[in-house]
Amino acid sequence: MSGTALDPRTAPTFPMAAKTMMGDTQLRKNVRHATDVIQAKRARVVDEMPDWQELRESGKQIRQHTMEHLDFYLEEFESNCTKAGGVVHWAKDAEEARRIIVALVKAAGATEVIKIKSMTTEEIQLNSALEAAGIHPYETDLAELIIQLGHDQPSHIVVPALHKNRQQIREIFQREMNLPELGETPQDLADAARQFLREKFLRVTTGVSGANFLIAETGGVCIVESEGNGRMCLTLPETLITVAGIDKVVPRFEDLEVLLQLLPRSATGERMNPYNSIWTGVNPPDGPREFHVVLMDNARTEILGDAEGRQTLNCIRCGACQNACPVYRQTGGHAYGSVYAGPIGAILTPQLQEMHHAQSLPYASSLCGACYEVCPVKINIPEVLIHLRNKVVKQNGMLNAEALAMRAMGMIFRSESRFRAAQRMGRMAEAPLVRKDGRGEGWIGWLPGLLGGWTQVRDLQAMPEETFREWWEKRESKEVASGN
Amino acid sequence: MFITCYNDTLFPATGKAVVRVLERLGHTVEFPAGQTCCGQMHWNTGYQAEALPLLTRFVEQFRGAEAVVVPSSSCVAMMRDHYPKMAEEIGDVKLKAEVAELLPKVFEFSEFLTKRLGLEDVGAYYPHRVTYHASCHGLRNLGLGDGPQRLLRAVRGIDLVEIAGLEQCCGFGGTFAVKNAEVSSAMLAEKTNAILNTKAEACTACDNSCLMHIHGALHRQRTGIQTVHLAEILAGE
Repeated sequence: MSGTALDPRTAPTFPMAAKTMMGDTQLRKNVRHATDVIQAKRARVVDEMPDWQELRESGKQIRQHTMEHLDFYLEEFESNCTKAGGVVHWAKDAEEARRIIVALVKAAGATEVIKIKSMTTEEIQLNSALEAAGIHPYETDLAELIIQLGHDQPSHIVVPALHKNRQQIREIFQREMNLPELGETPQDLADAARQFLREKFLRVTTGVSGANFLIAETGGVCIVESEGNGRMCLTLPETLITVAGIDKVVPRFEDLEVLLQLLPRSATGERMNPYNSIWTGVNPPDGPREFHVVLMDNARTEILGDAEGRQTLNCIRCGACQNACPVYRQTGGHAYGSVYAGPIGAILTPQLQEMHHAQSLPYASSLCGACYEVCPVKINIPEVLIHLRNKVVKQNGMLNAEALAMRAMGMIFRSESRFRAAQRMGRMAEAPLVRKDGRGEGWIGWLPGLLGGWTQVRDLQAMPEETFREWWEKRESKEVASGN
Repeated sequence: MFITCYNDTLFPATGKAVVRVLERLGHTVEFPAGQTCCGQMHWNTGYQAEALPLLTRFVEQFRGAEAVVVPSSSCVAMMRDHYPKMAEEIGDVKLKAEVAELLPKVFEFSEFLTKRLGLEDVGAYYPHRVTYHASCHGLRNLGLGDGPQRLLRAVRGIDLVEIAGLEQCCGFGGTFAVKNAEVSSAMLAEKTNAILNTKAEACTACDNSCLMHIHGALHRQRTGIQTVHLAEILAGE
């Protein structure tokens, strides 16, 4: 993968990108292994919870309630955060968010920033904007560091370097940290990263973070993480800038009781995260002296306005749907052409693009429902996928081959006699393609046009000589004739 | 019985087997001739306007039935998960009420036997090594649980072997199989490998759609493994 950012506006369609990614044997092995491991860990810590389903329902209710009153809770957050000494900025889109952050970093007189892993900063491609302004961002999360040093792109919400294995990471560190003798044990790699990062933590005076939750009631911000790098970025810098989508707000402090049980178990299969940081404004003489929060819309209010798509915003970014998804398992994350990959990406990305791009993503699912089953806040992803497919169909109009075929099928199903005629015609139409196999059964090995995808690796059994209804009618008439 | 459009056209043997099993158990089967399709293909592919009239048609054909038995879990899932919303969309109060009344009477075939009739042994004989594929809609949307396996275990002569990765999708997904043929094929390869590992002679399921997909690959690879709908095993004597 090149250093080119994942951008849904320019990405190839999912089937095209998937084909390319699926040619990478190493990537497929890495993705299968990693998702198997995380899924097994998740299953262990979820199965031990007697009230998991009730927790999921509570999580859903909290998120749904928040979305229904988002304007209220955002203003409450702004007011409480301001009272505590934070400065709240509003950004209507990615461009405005980038502009605000770059200006804040410049105002702090900084030419470097340390960063906590944040999908929101990936969404708005903040790093390239910082670099263009002469500011060097250092990713401090181990996986994000691997991505940054490898000039790569994240392929998973929680485990962004999931597509890389240990040997590949070692090569990146050897090259980029100039450590030709580096070993390949996890200890070796962690030591190298620690040494590389420690110096940045102590030197750089501006931090940039995302947020897991914004607490309206207190004006506090919550970040959970596993490595402690986040804690460093939140406490050591003099200036801290947090950027968060407006969907990250929760009403009350005690809502975290539910969400902080759901999130770690779903995300990393841990009972709780090793590091849970919650901070409220500034607290001299401790921690950053200046604290800014950039609240970003970037199409979220558009999504909020769609009653059926709205539940997408309930997402707490645990990535469980990605690990469970049989499609993601085959392709990895980059095929989705967006930093949000997997099932949640397939519904979030097209909506963040206001349906102007990424129209192939709602079809990147067999609707198997594994995502819905594991979602900690019960987002019915298959339902939203179908809703978005309907939007795509409306966009495409009725004058393409698929739409015409679908319309014809609709006509056929609306009438018994047309249905019967279509069954007879189907048998005649397929006849030239049918070949007998060893058992004397008719099979089709090649289909034209749109249907050709089927016969790439599958045969299709020929239609039987008699439909069920023909058999039934013969049977009924025999029974009548015999006086039954 | 609602046979469903693709079973009627492509898998009449399944319909005959459902009739055989139900009649053997002493039930009377009716087949409303005007039935066609539940609307799943249109609905799931995004052609919702085309799907709506099929809901009306279904209600017209099956209103008044004591129970509607459907040998396809994905079609039943379509009806249970989406018909109430579709009726809402059509905006006909009477239709909405009829849908609410009819839906609790709609059963997937194995579900009708285990949940409605409370049966496990339906007096079947099938002397073959068989593995059961849990279709996603049966497993997740209908919550069939181990109902189908309990029916199979009660079949005399059967050698039922469990497949690895039972919860994994076979990659069919309706139009997904042609729109994302590459990914679908990769998912299917995992499934057929798991089937081959069981050394079964046949793979069964509650859905001929999955089986058509799986059989397509097993046949292309000349594995000699057959697929057979659950009803056809239960009809064996």
